[in-house]
Amino acid sequence: MSKDTVRDSLSVALTVGAYGVAFGAASVAAGFSVVQTCLFSLLTFTGASQFAAVGVVASGGVAVSAIAAATMLGTRNALYAIQMAPLLRVKGLRRVAAAHLTIDESTGVALSQASRGTAAMRLGFWLTGSGVFLFWNIFTLLGALGAKALGDPASWGLDAAVPAAFLGLVWPRLENSFLRLAAASSMAFALVITPWLPAGLPIITTALVAVALGWRAR
Amino acid sequence: MTPSAMWAVLIATSTLCFTIKLAGHSVPERWLANPRLQRINALVPISLLSALVVAQGLVVHTHVVFDHRLAGLGVALAALFARAPFPVVVVSAAVTSAVVYHLH
Repeated sequence: MSKDTVRDSLSVALTVGAYGVAFGAASVAAGFSVVQTCLFSLLTFTGASQFAAVGVVASGGVAVSAIAAATMLGTRNALYAIQMAPLLRVKGLRRVAAAHLTIDESTGVALSQASRGTAAMRLGFWLTGSGVFLFWNIFTLLGALGAKALGDPASWGLDAAVPAAFLGLVWPRLENSFLRLAAASSMAFALVITPWLPAGLPIITTALVAVALGWRAR
Repeated sequence: MTPSAMWAVLIATSTLCFTIKLAGHSVPERWLANPRLQRINALVPISLLSALVVAQGLVVHTHVVFDHRLAGLGVALAALFARAPFPVVVVSAAVTSAVVYHLH
């Protein structure tokens, strides 16, 4: 068992898990109960999708829009799973567990351990996945209870913390000028269509920008 | 949104997101090997997260509104350019927005 792999996994798990505070607060601010908020983190367990679901609800969208936005954001986990399945080689209940723990971070740490061998990659996946699961759920509860105690979201800046969290989530993905253009045009598109569509719908409609930009190879 | 609709969002989101993950562990690799699908799939999170910044930061119902939240977002953007860690980004945005909210 490699010490370096354990250190990498746990540092990612703790840092990312702490974001759970922001989700817990955002979910309660959107009107979900503390129990519902905790169930989101236990059962959905994929941060961007969870943020999207409560984000659409907070913006007044209908249930179908919230579910669609969260599901579209969750599709990348299928691509991660396809990369992880041949590495993990698990069946039955262990495959169910592996599926639930397949997220950005567990996949990212597993892939980053490639130079240390297959055993380190597997350890990285399981340790990061279960570590994020533990901390994400603890911090979700803390965030939910905190937001409940604070009351009016605007008075504490919570209504700005949520979009700032989205900005913080998209920021590290903007690795080149094409991706920055994609983000900027998506924001512009969302702004332009907002007055013309029912609340919540502009969010999932903006996925059309991704389809248009990804249609042809660059 | 009604309480039952909110439960529906929770249950459907959880079920679908888990099913997607499990499907990825179960389907043959070539099914999702289509390059166009992969390109679009890589861009979808960027588009949706960008739209969520707008919907949460600049919109009230179906109107574009520039208010205290914009001040918070501006500070968040500055913090990101300064390579601040995520918690600093979120907290500085919240503090700025709250201050502007109370000044008005």
